[in-house]
Amino acid sequence: MADQPLIHARGLVKRFGDFTAVAGIDLDVAPGEAFGFLGPNGAGKSSTMRMIGCVSTPTQGELRILGMDPVRDGTRIRARLGVCPQLDNLDPDLNVRENLTTYARYFGLSRAESRKRADELLEFVQLADRAEGKVEPLSGGMKRRLTIARAMVNDPDLVLLDEPTTGLDPQARHLVWERLFRLKQRGTTLVLTTHYMDEAEQLCDRLVVMDAGKIVAEGSPRSLIQTYSTAEVVELRFADGLDANADYAAKLDGIGERIDPLPDRILLYADDGDDAVSEVHRRGLAPASVLVRRSTLEDVFLQLTGRTLVD
Amino acid sequence: MAAETMRPLHPVLAVVERYVLLYRRLWHASVFSSFLLPILFLISIGLGVGGYVGSIEGVDYLSWIVPGVLVSTAFQICIGESTYPVLGDFKWVRAYHAMRAAPIRPADIVHGHLIALILRVEVSVVAFLVVVLFFGGLHSPWALVTPLVCALLVASVVTPVTAFAASIESDSYFALLFRFVVIPATLFSGVFFPVEQLPVVIRAVAYASPVWHAVELCRAATLGREPTWPIAAHVGYLVLWAVVGLVLARRAFKRRLED
Amino acid sequence: MMTTLVAARVSLSPSRVGAVINRNVGALRSGPAYWVVLISGFFEPLLYLLSIGVGVGALVGDLTVDGHTMSYAAFVAPAMLAVSAMSGALAETTFNFFFKLKYMKTFEAVLATPVRPFEIALGELVWAVVRGSVYTAIFLGFMVALGLSSVAGALAAFPATVLVGLAFGAVGMWVSTLMRGWQDFDLMGTGQFAMFLFSGTFSPVQNYPVGVEVLIQLTPLYHAVELVRGLCTGIVGPGLLVNAAYLVVMTVGGLWLASRRVEKMLCE
Repeated sequence: MADQPLIHARGLVKRFGDFTAVAGIDLDVAPGEAFGFLGPNGAGKSSTMRMIGCVSTPTQGELRILGMDPVRDGTRIRARLGVCPQLDNLDPDLNVRENLTTYARYFGLSRAESRKRADELLEFVQLADRAEGKVEPLSGGMKRRLTIARAMVNDPDLVLLDEPTTGLDPQARHLVWERLFRLKQRGTTLVLTTHYMDEAEQLCDRLVVMDAGKIVAEGSPRSLIQTYSTAEVVELRFADGLDANADYAAKLDGIGERIDPLPDRILLYADDGDDAVSEVHRRGLAPASVLVRRSTLEDVFLQLTGRTLVD
Repeated sequence: MAAETMRPLHPVLAVVERYVLLYRRLWHASVFSSFLLPILFLISIGLGVGGYVGSIEGVDYLSWIVPGVLVSTAFQICIGESTYPVLGDFKWVRAYHAMRAAPIRPADIVHGHLIALILRVEVSVVAFLVVVLFFGGLHSPWALVTPLVCALLVASVVTPVTAFAASIESDSYFALLFRFVVIPATLFSGVFFPVEQLPVVIRAVAYASPVWHAVELCRAATLGREPTWPIAAHVGYLVLWAVVGLVLARRAFKRRLED
Repeated sequence: MMTTLVAARVSLSPSRVGAVINRNVGALRSGPAYWVVLISGFFEPLLYLLSIGVGVGALVGDLTVDGHTMSYAAFVAPAMLAVSAMSGALAETTFNFFFKLKYMKTFEAVLATPVRPFEIALGELVWAVVRGSVYTAIFLGFMVALGLSSVAGALAAFPATVLVGLAFGAVGMWVSTLMRGWQDFDLMGTGQFAMFLFSGTFSPVQNYPVGVEVLIQLTPLYHAVELVRGLCTGIVGPGLLVNAAYLVVMTVGGLWLASRRVEKMLCE
């Protein structure tokens, strides 16, 4: 059991009529891993998550969750999953604690056990002082933490989080991340979707980048950066930028591994950023501003899925 | 690990519990419609208008409409609780999706909702019967079976209406349901006057409505007489609605929560 | 009327209703069902008339009120008409008005233009009454067809139903500016329903104990029913002037109070 993957998929496909949401993906998630699906909207992340959550039947391919078949054993699998959906679906007419206890009862926990779990989890997500309060006045971040607590109520083997911090303000996001990080430290297996690079870098041991229903890259954040980007990136801005960047790009040709002219700046991908900057000056170019930074997942992501907005 | 053996013994019961909890939170909002309104109705129509009616089928008008008002109250609660709240739990609250992510099957939700509503209606039915007893509106110990008849009515009404609520996207369809189904079913199903008075065509509509069959059974019980049709025919018809409705509701929930 | 009231109330949970209204008003307004509902607004009072007026009426036979004998249906029909005018106007000026005031911020946008609060209140009221009057006109047509009112009576009663709509609409608008939340609508619905049952709608108020009778005579629907019934049946007397005056005071007072409240809420 310990070595068996919690999620095992081969050639997994999901179609809705003519539309193919997931176009044949392979993946394995090991116990204790924090695994991320990264991708633009419509990449097929949520459809994959719904199949893993056993609420959507795969059209084709092989899928095993916790070693079981989601179609036949969906109920048994769900008993061991924790799900935090993209949209909070807390019950507005129940108070904060009742949202947890009611949910715990769906998993067959006794009343006493439900109550105990609820209080522990409220402590964990820092909502103990709101236990008797209504759900409606909670902030977005608090609601999300409550939903995460609810997902933990059955002490799940696998926690699914669909865009856990979308729509939250920066402070609230960090608080959610911090709690998820603690879960990870406890050894809970996390599977999450996100389109935030910083989130993926913060939380995921390993991730896949999805685009148009397919997995286009897989690895740890570090290995993805190594494979698909350079160690450093130089951002150059020219005073007369905007229209002239294509011309500047031609003049920069040959510096670093790759040049990406954007409307407002030019990105130079190079393993040694300072070297590249010296070369720029040597060619007699005088950018208005120069920034050398480490490559991030965002660079990988944009390289892989393109710059066109897919909203 | 505890999770290994953790399987809900009674997922339906857990769903019922949620509804009971909700009812305990919100019961005060329904005091008027479930308790006070039927009594006011009895006073206005039963006593007020009844004074002019005198006796009907050998009893005073108040006693005659008691079972009608009883059944129509149960009917109203069923409709109210199976329309907006059901669509809301799919669309806005998304409570059903939350259940679905837990080891609760769509059919468990349908059954839990139905059982919770039967309990909910029985509370109102019993309260109503107690009050009516003091009005002298019950004429036979058979009145004790009216809660059972109402439970059967709940099953025959809640299931198809729930199926409807689970199949639509916009709540504006409920207005159509109220206006063209619920109101005619309340006004022309023998609640206020015998359906024999209706023109034959409209009478057929009354016969088709589960409300009329429940009214007939309850009236027979509170007045201690035989119903219009054989008891088995009335009961069988209500059971038919309940069974067909249950099949439809389970299918609609499954369709909406799975894809 | 009753059934809709009941159904709405059974399922009432302020947060749910709020959520429904909040997110779905657009769909509600444009859905195909909405138009059917809008057009068939006269349907409910008509069903009530057929069920209680005609159905129960057959059990009651004729009714003698103040020495005038009429069929029970002829007694109930004008009351249903008045109730229809009342609930039509109230639906528009309470629930919808409250929604626009609190959630859609419609009025804030309007007030940024030279339009004044009083004009907003008046505009809302006129729309409510125009819509309600279409229903009452259709209903009057049915009454004439069923022999429950003469053509002259119907023509005389129509302006009275407009006045009823104005009176309830104006007061309803004022009341909705005082509403704290959706739960207060429950209270209002209760009052509305109690009036529906006991304002001489289904049986003459003279049958009630004197104390109750006097109490009823203080409430607005009683005056609306009396006025409309008097004109429909042609049994007119000086009392109708009192009824009409009551409704005029409601209209003027309601409008004045409503626009003052809107001004206070939005312009300060």
